[in-house]
Amino acid sequence: MPEENKADSSPPPGKPAATPPKAAGGGEKKPPPPKKPAVMETSPWESELTAQLGRVFGEQILEFASYLGQNFLVARPEAVVPILKYLRDEAGFDYLVDVTAVDYPEREERFDLIYIVYSFGRNERIRIKTRIRDGYEPETATVVHPTANWLEREVYDMFGIRFAHHPDMRRILLPDDWQGHPLRKDYGILEMDNRWVKDNLGIESGQ
Amino acid sequence: MPEATFLDANELVLNMGPQHPSTHGVLRVILKLDGEKILGTECVIGYLHRGVEKIGENRTYAMFAPYVDRMDYVAAVSNGLGYCLAVEKLLNVEAPPRAQAVRVILTELNRIASHLLWLGTHALDIGAITPLFYVMREREEILNIFEAYCGARLTTHAFRIGGLQYEVYEGMERQVKAFCKMFLPRVDEYEELLTENRIWKDRLVGVGVLTAEQCKQFGVTGPLLRAAGVKWDLRKAQPYSGYEKYDFEIPTRSNGDTYDRYIVRIQEMRQSVRIIEQAVEGIPEGPILAKVGKVIKPPVGEAYVSIEAPKGELGYFIVSDGSTQPYRVRVRPPSFVNLQALDTMARGGLVADIVAIIGTIDIVLGEVDR
Repeated sequence: MPEENKADSSPPPGKPAATPPKAAGGGEKKPPPPKKPAVMETSPWESELTAQLGRVFGEQILEFASYLGQNFLVARPEAVVPILKYLRDEAGFDYLVDVTAVDYPEREERFDLIYIVYSFGRNERIRIKTRIRDGYEPETATVVHPTANWLEREVYDMFGIRFAHHPDMRRILLPDDWQGHPLRKDYGILEMDNRWVKDNLGIESGQ
Repeated sequence: MPEATFLDANELVLNMGPQHPSTHGVLRVILKLDGEKILGTECVIGYLHRGVEKIGENRTYAMFAPYVDRMDYVAAVSNGLGYCLAVEKLLNVEAPPRAQAVRVILTELNRIASHLLWLGTHALDIGAITPLFYVMREREEILNIFEAYCGARLTTHAFRIGGLQYEVYEGMERQVKAFCKMFLPRVDEYEELLTENRIWKDRLVGVGVLTAEQCKQFGVTGPLLRAAGVKWDLRKAQPYSGYEKYDFEIPTRSNGDTYDRYIVRIQEMRQSVRIIEQAVEGIPEGPILAKVGKVIKPPVGEAYVSIEAPKGELGYFIVSDGSTQPYRVRVRPPSFVNLQALDTMARGGLVADIVAIIGTIDIVLGEVDR
């Protein structure tokens, strides 16, 4: 495989030779790049909405920030559903775009849980982030946005984060009796539930 | 208590799929029926799950790009565009104007191809066989353009992070223009076959209704939302890739039923032709690839970028830890989210309508399961 990949990275044959060098930027000289800090360079996010949210939720919201022009806020886990409800009812954020998670195994609060909401009226999209430890059961958002049902099921399936009071907390993409949660960082890419594969497919391994 | 007669039928649980021609792939729907009436449905998905997001974490940014084509494989160009835009956002670069124009042309052609395939198979499900042959004829022309451009017909990998890999081939403008000219009368042909067709209307009008309010609750986007009367299209709301330069309309309808979704998609194909005609008229000169460097290494950060794919809002949420591989790639697939509304649309309807309703959502299981 590695040999194949190397072969692929050479410029494709049969193309006008003038294009790739021009496109790749030619003999671009390399200035020594300044060492980038290993944190996200965010800028503060201040607006009418953040002032309003700050008044209502106070200490529950830890940070209002913006990165690449995209606004997000970091909140305590128990405040997420009230914030979603407030945003929907008072600020017009009536469309929950996505719920997802990111795993940072070295952190004590292992998971970032991310909710993306959009407002049709304001044409604005914001993210709500919260940090939770492994085993914490965040409250379900289905009471505010029914679409969270499948999205949260997928988060459970992939990360093993159970949502409290979810109407149907089952796996969605993987088989119900599968062991392990594949999008956790400690789950290898070649790993699979060999017991399940053997019981259901009658082969030793799917790889 | 009188004796139970054969008329007091019990609830019947009917299993549809995963191997069923009208589920458009490996979708399994469990139907709870009372006679002909649907009491409830449950979707069982995941048969096509390949762990695309996990693969993304284990590949470099450039290596992952061909994988996204395999999600919505009938609109691979849109998937690629969304992914490239998301990585470009993280890198804080923008594709050059020439690349943007070519991207718009190919993406809109792909939208037409996707809608054509939907129209053909949806009509086939309802029992109209003829449209399938018509739409395949035109789709072939589009796939020929893709093939001439990048060598692939379906999973094209047409774009690169920062722009394009290939220059426009000799005669592409002419071929695209010829397609546009030929295509509009063909749309009239489809409409002649279907729009006022008595059987077509009987099967579609009032079936699978989803109101604007329900669409928002379930996060349903794309033609389903527009058929319910919400004039919302990301190409207008948050333009990307230079869509703000083109003059086009967002077709909407008000009833939110299966028939209205058909009309909306037909109109969208006409609007796509309008966009392509404008874009192909003035493809700017210049480079086709922005300066992104050989090794793509975005700074630490995260970004969510979404585009209007043929099926709805397709979003990519990418977290970068400053290395050459994404720390996390999340795909927000329109088909997956839209499919969730199936139960609401089907409940209370007739079992014969379930095929029409699955067809009208326009799902691609590769994208639902990822």
